[in-house]
Amino acid sequence: MAMGKGYARAYYGTEHATAVQRKSSAHLLISGVSNAYTLEVLRVFGNPILQVLKGLSFESAMVPDPKRCNSCKDSASSRDSPEWTRPSPFPDEVLDRVLSLMESHKDRSSVSLVCKDWYNAERWSRSHVFIGNCYSVSPEIVARRFPNIRSVTLKGKPRFSDFNLVPQNWGADICSWLAVFAAAYPFLEELRLKRMAVSDESLEFIATSFPCFKSLSLLSCDGFSTDGLKSMASHCKNLTELDLQENVMDDLGGGWLSCFPENFVTLEVLNFASLNSDVSFDALEALVTRCKSLRVLKVNKTITLEQLQRLLVRAPQLVELGTGSFQQDLMPRVYAELESAFNNCKNLHTLSGLWEANFLYLPVLYVASAGLTFLNLSYACLRSNELANLVAHCPSLRRLWFAVIIVSKTEVLDTVEDKGLEAVGSSCPLLEELRVFPADPFDQDIVHGVTESGFVAVSRGCRRLHYVLYFCRQMSNAAVATIVQNCPDFTHFRLCIMNPGQPDYLTNEPMDEAFGAVVKTCTKLQRLAVSGLLTDLTFEYIGKYAKNLETLSVAFAGSSDLGMQCVLGGCTKLRKLEIRDCPFGNAALLSGLEKYESMRSLWMSACNVTMNGCRLLAKEMPRLNVEVMKDDESDDSQADKILKIASLETARKQM
Amino acid sequence: MSMPFEEHDYIGLSETPAMENSEKLASKGLNLKATELRLGLPGSESPERGNGLGVLKGFISGAKRGFSDTINGDSGKWVFTGNGGSDVDLGKNGALFSPRSVNGSGSEGTSLKEVVPPSPKAVHEKKPQISAVNGHGVAPAAKAQVVGWPPIRSFRKNSMAVNPPKSDEDAKLGSGCLYVKVSMDGAPYLRKVDLKTYSSYMELSSALEKMFSCFTIGQCGAHGVPLRDGMSESRLMDLLHGSEYVLTYEDKDDDWMLVGDVPWEMFTVSCKRMRIMKSSDAIGL
Repeated sequence: MAMGKGYARAYYGTEHATAVQRKSSAHLLISGVSNAYTLEVLRVFGNPILQVLKGLSFESAMVPDPKRCNSCKDSASSRDSPEWTRPSPFPDEVLDRVLSLMESHKDRSSVSLVCKDWYNAERWSRSHVFIGNCYSVSPEIVARRFPNIRSVTLKGKPRFSDFNLVPQNWGADICSWLAVFAAAYPFLEELRLKRMAVSDESLEFIATSFPCFKSLSLLSCDGFSTDGLKSMASHCKNLTELDLQENVMDDLGGGWLSCFPENFVTLEVLNFASLNSDVSFDALEALVTRCKSLRVLKVNKTITLEQLQRLLVRAPQLVELGTGSFQQDLMPRVYAELESAFNNCKNLHTLSGLWEANFLYLPVLYVASAGLTFLNLSYACLRSNELANLVAHCPSLRRLWFAVIIVSKTEVLDTVEDKGLEAVGSSCPLLEELRVFPADPFDQDIVHGVTESGFVAVSRGCRRLHYVLYFCRQMSNAAVATIVQNCPDFTHFRLCIMNPGQPDYLTNEPMDEAFGAVVKTCTKLQRLAVSGLLTDLTFEYIGKYAKNLETLSVAFAGSSDLGMQCVLGGCTKLRKLEIRDCPFGNAALLSGLEKYESMRSLWMSACNVTMNGCRLLAKEMPRLNVEVMKDDESDDSQADKILKIASLETARKQM
Repeated sequence: MSMPFEEHDYIGLSETPAMENSEKLASKGLNLKATELRLGLPGSESPERGNGLGVLKGFISGAKRGFSDTINGDSGKWVFTGNGGSDVDLGKNGALFSPRSVNGSGSEGTSLKEVVPPSPKAVHEKKPQISAVNGHGVAPAAKAQVVGWPPIRSFRKNSMAVNPPKSDEDAKLGSGCLYVKVSMDGAPYLRKVDLKTYSSYMELSSALEKMFSCFTIGQCGAHGVPLRDGMSESRLMDLLHGSEYVLTYEDKDDDWMLVGDVPWEMFTVSCKRMRIMKSSDAIGL
């Protein structure tokens, strides 16, 4: 209920507010009441907060003392305090109703801190649990606290495992979690896994142990094959979602798609874009035809344009489409049919795939592009002018991902790809997110890529830009300063100057002032990735100004321990810190002792930390999981890779 | 905690898993500071960007080079000059690139599709130079291959690398260049031209004749058409348009067509390779 949600948000907030604020909100909620009959009203109208304001009567003095609430979370002893155990001012029905509207896990965490009753109400009403690091808590503890979970999101390996920095068989296996879930949550419906190790046996276990299972999403996972998908397709009678993104898996063939039974009709989301094998098109077409609720379909590149047309005709209700190969010689009749099929997709707002997009066929998209809000061209390899032409038809675009294309050597080198970005700046004023990936050069030509001018051009035209991931070959402090002046609302600023340690190309100075400008101007910044030649000054700026920063990625930067110390000391909301190839040593590592428990994880690799430093850290902070990974060739005293996870367990069990 | 550290034996510790095939790919797209395999622009990308391409400047000489020029004797590794490639390739003017380097470190992103083995071992994580890029003449050997940099997911790297056009390696539809092979009957080796650098059939013809004139000098035509000494510029053109040779191309449907029938733009899109045929073979087109 939109209005109800709005009220809930207004009072409980979306920020991780302190219990004090919660208390004030609660106070407001319960004042000005009349009688209890409105409980019926709210059941009927489902607009609880509004009715509560008008209706119920309670003693406002029943609200717990704020000071007590703050200390609730610190130690168990405070839970014996009278304030903690004082009965809640709300009848349970009201609280439950309110809680049922709350989805944000941060808000729910806050609610659970107010008092014992609210803690209990919250844990019984929670249906979705988010575990940001699978080693921060054991499945048993989760099952004990939350008895009614229907949906789990789990993240496993450190992010740097995406870039081959984490050894194989490191862990993050889902199987131990599944064993607990099978016992505690037999009605589990959804699993969303990121960077977890998932075997075919686990997939079969899921398919056979949870009769209500509906939704599986695997992102950057590894360890399974298409055989596991066969199990899912064959056994999950109520499956609504099968979403596979960028997993490292064995593609043994497309036969899994044919395993969906003929009476299976519930699918809403199907994403197999990252698989390489052919699937039976007949099976796919039949599946799409009978699943009338299908709203997301992302096929792989073996699906041709002609086949795509046939699928679109069956599923004009699609909201998100990932095409297959966009390169095929089409007869004019088929071209017209394809265009007509796109024309009939009135609800399309996300488009991806477009593998090897042939610019001749892109115009078929124009009929559907006015409503597009997310365009993922990162595999399309478009030239700048092709990109410009396409985005000119996408005025509603909010998110754009694309990969820089190789250009001919004889074109003007510095602005060809930038021209595409200029077009974006002028055509897409509503753009909020931009990701520019470097294309992998697979021909003899020189890749020039985008420069700072493309980024500046986008920032001029797209003032709402708040998320950027930008790979480039040159950048200047002045350009970044201009960019953040144009777009001060950045929440995610990830700049990758691809040559490590590269200075400002105009002045040859470090890029300190660039990131200084970012943190000074963008007060809402939550995530930052830095690159280029950086001294400790960058980190002084970050520590001083980036007060909302939660995630920081650093590579090939910094001059001394001071850099890391500034960040650990200054960034109060820091949750994840990942560092590679920086001159930070034991002093820096140990300066963050107080901080690490409130952080989800810290990663340091190829820095100057030694084994002794790690031992000291582990000794001082026994509640942390400290893990050292050593490369074979390295010195015994050098700690090559360290991972720290704040955990409720004393040791990470090797799965 | 009594035993803070336990030893675990990870299999394949920090080695690249075989399934990713990333060794080959890492040297292509990942790290563009590959030491031995460089694409050097003659007199272009200034080494003050620290990519050390200056090392290769000396290789560019003159307009015409044979295959041997492209091989640098270093343990059989290919050194690619200009836009390199396994085929000999000269741009229009023999100079490979406009000498002006605009994009500071752009060229260091050069990388090769046909990476001749052994590619530098991608898995060793060597510490690259963190200190300030000192600029000129940084030798390529100083920039070691770096694991996991730039930070692009393996999946994306692999996808891009295996995503060349379905047509053969010579032509790429819809991209910024269209290199096509040009063969000439009787010539010992083929040439490659970038169709995007020309805007008309005339330009293409004159470029081709420059390229192939060396093969026709001194040659006595099979049909007894003697060639003059001191070939004039138009001679090959006459040959091409006259009875001796015919310029043909293979289109996307794998048919051999006569050059010149369709508008230039359509030709560039549909041409996969070209062949300068002897007119005796061209009967039937």
